[in-house]
Amino acid sequence: MRIDEYASIIGQGNIDDLKAIADRLKDRTIQNINSTAVGGGVAEILTRMIPLLQELGVAVTWDVIKGGTKFFEVTKKFHNALHGQGDAVTAEDLAVFMETSQNNIEEMKVTGDIVFVHDPQPIALVRKRTDNKWLWRCHVDVSNPDKTVWDFLRDFIVRYDASVFSAPTFSQNLPIRQVLISPSIDPLSDKNKDLPEETINSVLAKYNIDKDRPIVTQISRFDKLKDPIGVVSAYKQVKKHLDCQLVLAGGGATDDPEGIKVYEEVKNEASGDSDIHVLLLSQNDIEINALQRASTVIVQKSLKEGFGLTVAEALWKGKPVVASHVGGIPLQITHKYSGLLCHSVEGAAFAIKQLLNSPAYAEKLGKNGKEHIRNNFLITRHIKDYLLLFLSLYYKEDIAYL
Amino acid sequence: MKEIVNAKEPFNFYTRLHLTELTGLKASSIPELLILIKEVPESSIYHHTHRFLQQHQYLSPEPPNDFAYWVGNVIGDDKLGEKLASIDTVQFVSIGSLREKIVSVIEDHLKSHPRSADRFTMEDEAFHFMKSLSFIMPTQYTVGNLREFAEALKKVTIDSIYFHIFEARLRLGKKANDFSLWIESSIGDKELADKILKMDPYTYTLEDLRKSIVKMVEKRIS
Repeated sequence: MRIDEYASIIGQGNIDDLKAIADRLKDRTIQNINSTAVGGGVAEILTRMIPLLQELGVAVTWDVIKGGTKFFEVTKKFHNALHGQGDAVTAEDLAVFMETSQNNIEEMKVTGDIVFVHDPQPIALVRKRTDNKWLWRCHVDVSNPDKTVWDFLRDFIVRYDASVFSAPTFSQNLPIRQVLISPSIDPLSDKNKDLPEETINSVLAKYNIDKDRPIVTQISRFDKLKDPIGVVSAYKQVKKHLDCQLVLAGGGATDDPEGIKVYEEVKNEASGDSDIHVLLLSQNDIEINALQRASTVIVQKSLKEGFGLTVAEALWKGKPVVASHVGGIPLQITHKYSGLLCHSVEGAAFAIKQLLNSPAYAEKLGKNGKEHIRNNFLITRHIKDYLLLFLSLYYKEDIAYL
Repeated sequence: MKEIVNAKEPFNFYTRLHLTELTGLKASSIPELLILIKEVPESSIYHHTHRFLQQHQYLSPEPPNDFAYWVGNVIGDDKLGEKLASIDTVQFVSIGSLREKIVSVIEDHLKSHPRSADRFTMEDEAFHFMKSLSFIMPTQYTVGNLREFAEALKKVTIDSIYFHIFEARLRLGKKANDFSLWIESSIGDKELADKILKMDPYTYTLEDLRKSIVKMVEKRIS
């Protein structure tokens, strides 16, 4: 994608602003460091963002640390512990982490005026800091972290110039600056771009979904925390009063025993009702896009959520959304303005009924939701925030004249 | 068509972009909120009384300030929520005086409704204090008369309009919005300047604000 292709979505003036800010960074080099070049949300966003930053004239590079299986097993444990889950991290785990970190400290060439470190895996590289600027980007929900792991990481975090979190609830008591930068969706990607009517219809036909009756959809992997069983219960309450169909679709890793178990449970719960469609779709972005666009109401009834970008994807398609008040979802939906928030199965059912019975209200929420995403959750806003973050390292006051 | 008056000084359109910083401070009840409202930097009060204007600039009416929204919708104290929502922000010429007003509204409410202090939220619904870092930079638009002004006003981003109407006045401590100041001092049209000044910009979307000002200026020069 080229940056000017986004002008038709956000306006030429905003593209001009991006160019003007980027111009003020032309003498700085920015080095991104993370733990993997492919797979995972961080690699995905860097893959999309770096070419756009380079096109804007920013000297940005991307390096990846090295680590063996043991190291990544430990960092996976860190990840779970930061979510407040999983096994306890041992002294031996910390020793494994430090050994690999030390190797990376010795081998990694630090070239950036600004070093932008993503997530905990490369965090110890800050020991290499000289007179350049260091940023730590936390993509993980750390609202309730395991204390041992957080205290261990905190010793590194405080050596950075600033940290970046995705939602206010993730912020911590830290002596360094904490910047709020939400993640984003790319409106030109397969998952979000406009689709021809024929494509949408062919996907509905493929899965035997009736396009002439209301469709309630939740797009999520089959995970207990996404509460697919709760969605089926809410649908059943709605169905007592209104004719509608339910689509539960999402990727499910075939090597994830927990995911398969949840999928089976959902299938079981849905048995006997041919209007419930439980679809295991692996990485089929166009089909997911088509299902969202064909929906009458989209649900995201998670029990716990990181940021919950599926909500932004749904809103971007102008759909009315019913979603739980968890993680980053309240940033995307202001209750009764750009969607409906809920706290229970009953609340979700009530909100779905309201939207199905009041198409004009549903349309207004969807329309507002789309504008909210256009203003706040597209990749272009994400780029703007990163550029301002880099610039902010050179200004001390709350008001900066560029 | 009226004769176009050339300005004594050109008007340079600026824009304002912002970055949100987290303070790590949070409140779970109205008394906690009150304590922190007194303590946080002005940039935080500014953020929570103006954030909706930019983030929800397409909505009319947009949600009120963050304090009113949280107290009303999360804490569930509708009375105080309404009182905070109806604070007439446009009357305040500084963040300091706006902060004092918010504090006095909450203190008065707690005196007359002491049980309001007992309401608490769940941890994940706490009020998180944030602040705005503003980055101000010139745009390519510089104008020398009202006709050029109206044309440029149609083209600048809403961030630019936001800057000249809201931020310049309240955060940078000017006595009026930039448009009124320039129209009065450089064009010499006090009537038009006053007309723009008299608007309550908090009750418009930014796009409607743009259209309304363009209409006023075009009517004046036609």
